[in-house]
Amino acid sequence: MPDLKATREGFGKGLLELGRKNPDVVVVDADLGDSTKAEMFGKEFPERYFTMGIAEQSMVGTAAGLSVCGKTAFCSTFATFSERAYEFFRNIVARNNLNVKLVASHSGLATGEDGKSAQAIEDIAAYRALPNVIVLQPADFVEAEKMVHALAEHKGAAYMRVHRTAVPVIHNENYDFKIGKGEILKEGKDAVIFASGTMVNESLKAYDLLKSDGIGASIVNISTIKPLDKELIINLAKKTDCVVTAEDHSIIGGLGGAISELLSENYPVFVTRIGVNDTFGESGKPSELYEKYGLSAKHIAIRVKEALKKKSEVIRH
Amino acid sequence: MDSKKILELKRIANDIRKESIIMTHRAQSGHPGGSLSEADILAALYFYKLRINPKNPKDENRDRFVLSKGHASPGYYAALAMRGFFPKKELETFRKLGGLQGHPELKHAGVDFAGGSLGQGICFANGLALAGKLDKKSYRVYAVIGDGEAQEGAVWEAALAAAYHRLDNLVVILDKNQVQETGKTADVMNIDPAAAKWKAFGFEVLEIDGHDTKQIVEALDRAESVKGKPVMIVANTIKGKGVSFMELNYKFHGKAPDDEQFRKAMEELEKIEGSLN
Repeated sequence: MPDLKATREGFGKGLLELGRKNPDVVVVDADLGDSTKAEMFGKEFPERYFTMGIAEQSMVGTAAGLSVCGKTAFCSTFATFSERAYEFFRNIVARNNLNVKLVASHSGLATGEDGKSAQAIEDIAAYRALPNVIVLQPADFVEAEKMVHALAEHKGAAYMRVHRTAVPVIHNENYDFKIGKGEILKEGKDAVIFASGTMVNESLKAYDLLKSDGIGASIVNISTIKPLDKELIINLAKKTDCVVTAEDHSIIGGLGGAISELLSENYPVFVTRIGVNDTFGESGKPSELYEKYGLSAKHIAIRVKEALKKKSEVIRH
Repeated sequence: MDSKKILELKRIANDIRKESIIMTHRAQSGHPGGSLSEADILAALYFYKLRINPKNPKDENRDRFVLSKGHASPGYYAALAMRGFFPKKELETFRKLGGLQGHPELKHAGVDFAGGSLGQGICFANGLALAGKLDKKSYRVYAVIGDGEAQEGAVWEAALAAAYHRLDNLVVILDKNQVQETGKTADVMNIDPAAAKWKAFGFEVLEIDGHDTKQIVEALDRAESVKGKPVMIVANTIKGKGVSFMELNYKFHGKAPDDEQFRKAMEELEKIEGSLN
């Protein structure tokens, strides 16, 4: 059994390591550092950890001010609450492409018991629409940790989305994360599933279910949602003619939206978008919510089979 | 400060006002009212207080200035040009394609904060001040906010944080010009008693006549001696100051003068100029 760890834990560890390496890293917090794990940095570097209280606009604005003085400024809160400061992020950080990294945890239905208010299902759509902003979502603990270091190297605005829930660790310590690069985890000739975040794990489980039914699916981890790994996505679409996207986010404007936009202009093909179907979530265990809202491995396998049927119908015509 | 220097600052403020009228008239767009109210404050900052070098606008030890009420860009650009950050000729490009942007942008020399959305500059200023403390630099941070702007909740988030972090390298100046886009500030959403509020939030508060250059200069000097807390200078001003038909007239918050109004406005400002000799 692989280790189970949350990507927010990877963020916390990566941030702490980064702080040890780079004295210009600062963190601005809005009273959720214990949950987002930014606090790990704060405990070791209290002089570089600025608390703003429960005030997300102040957090983002202050981080921006620090960044123009040569700091690599991280700030973190829950994804939904970050949206309260969305226009701050737009007008100060994105507009000027400042070196501010907004790391949002408790994203998606995987947030679980807290319910609708904390289950951001629209954040990727919102941040992806901003010029200059890169949008990242790690699939596991190791990728989250590596991502923090890559973010520090990237001089500019970024949104990084992590999850509360533990998922299997699929990468080893030698994993080399690169912004803008997708990662093929499994290869199959029938269909390709582009997945992100917690849904990479669900897709890997779906791979096994499909395999036992004689269906081969490629599983690709898309941890950079903007900019997309265009070449990889177009090539795999061409190879399979059956594209499925999987994300713990609304089917509107997220990974599924981004890939649909890309393919519609480059290689029009049916795209099956698995995600939250234009609705809000509710309280429950993440696994229960994934079942109910159609995000579980079982649902992915069903949707892949439906997509394959559609593909064969197209070929027949 | 001697009376000669005071008079010089007053003349500069009047020039900022004239340029603001010329720029908005030429562009037939922009915000004259708030530019006229902030002119005396900008003159004192840019020609007396700020330790800045137009030849090295990004000097890391410079004092920072944040125009949080970014719509008052005509007055701001005029001050920057007059101080030598860019040629005065560039003021002619205000709001034109490829020229000086409607609201300040970091690409314009001397601009430390890209305003345009209210309530943000003061949060940004906190970041500048925190960085100064962290790096043990002696630069100071000045931010001008509007009284209408003080209706934004983020202003008070920033006020809490500035006091909590004991940012005594931060001076916030409230250009309390009494009028906002749709009417009198007291009618739209009253922010008074402003001085008492900032005091309660933990600021050292100095209240002055924001058109009295001597008072502005003295307040800026006094602010430097305050330790352990940020300073708020409540500058009581008049929106549209210097142009009779613009004074306290909300219609000139975001409306440029037409040809006839331009002629009258310039006539009045030139008359003031004559009185300052």
